[in-house]
Amino acid sequence: MNTTDRMSSRLTADIIVYICILALSGVQIVLAYQHAPGTQLLVRMLAVAVIQAALGVTYFMHLREEQRSLRLALIPATIFVLLMMNMIWSDSFRLEHMRPLIK
Amino acid sequence: MSDTHATMGHVGGVLEASPFSIPSKKLVMWLFIISDAVTFGAILFAYGFLKNASPDWPEPFKFSPSILNVMLMTFILVSSSLTMIIATRAAKGGDKVSAIRWTFITVASGILFALLHISEWFKLIGEGVRLFQNPWGSPMFGATFFAITGLHLTHVIGGVIALSVVALGYKRGRYNADDIEIWSLYWHFVDLVWMFVVPMVYLLNVAH
Repeated sequence: MNTTDRMSSRLTADIIVYICILALSGVQIVLAYQHAPGTQLLVRMLAVAVIQAALGVTYFMHLREEQRSLRLALIPATIFVLLMMNMIWSDSFRLEHMRPLIK
Repeated sequence: MSDTHATMGHVGGVLEASPFSIPSKKLVMWLFIISDAVTFGAILFAYGFLKNASPDWPEPFKFSPSILNVMLMTFILVSSSLTMIIATRAAKGGDKVSAIRWTFITVASGILFALLHISEWFKLIGEGVRLFQNPWGSPMFGATFFAITGLHLTHVIGGVIALSVVALGYKRGRYNADDIEIWSLYWHFVDLVWMFVVPMVYLLNVAH
């Protein structure tokens, strides 16, 4: 495979990823009108967004072509910090249940 | 003179090999991106906290025009990522004219996105939404909406300026294909953040 063929096949892959990301955006809009309970809806929406982000980081930002050491330096630390932020939810629910004059 | 000193002679310091076999500028951009991802993560978590703890969180976004506008903005931003990929590939392949053309198509898409976003803001302001008040419910809605979308809009405008500067510099020979690639990373990141802003801020608050 020569350089032109390789670039052409990479562009085809990028277009496929582009269509997938747009399709997933469409899925999010369909989910928004399905009248699911709030927490379920949030989890589904975030799951779709995470898939979109993973596709974007892997293919658009070409992280899969970088050294494994770079991926290991960037991704686990970011995920760890974002997961640690979930500690706020307990306080958020506490506020919901301890709210004055709640019915 | 030792080899090390010979290496130092012109540059003025010993240059270590890049730890991840990428240019230092690219590593700096990756580090910026993960720190910015955490920043956006923090404000989206703060938004979730307030929405969860507020009994009267408003759901003001009707399918037309708000959600249709968001769909159009998403299409434009994701498409601009594709045009940026084409620009990067052209730059890497040495096709300078094509790289500059596709970078400016990306810039134009960014400007269009920003204009649509600003028009959305004016529409909400016209409906009475302010930073700490709105006609529908929790007064924090405006603060979180304008903070999150405003931070994202600032990134888009920053990206438009940066891509224009880099494309013009690339045309004059001041910057090279690596710089186009590095700023394309930033642009893709701005696109990916939008993937989280849309469901959290708009789609979880659609008017049924």
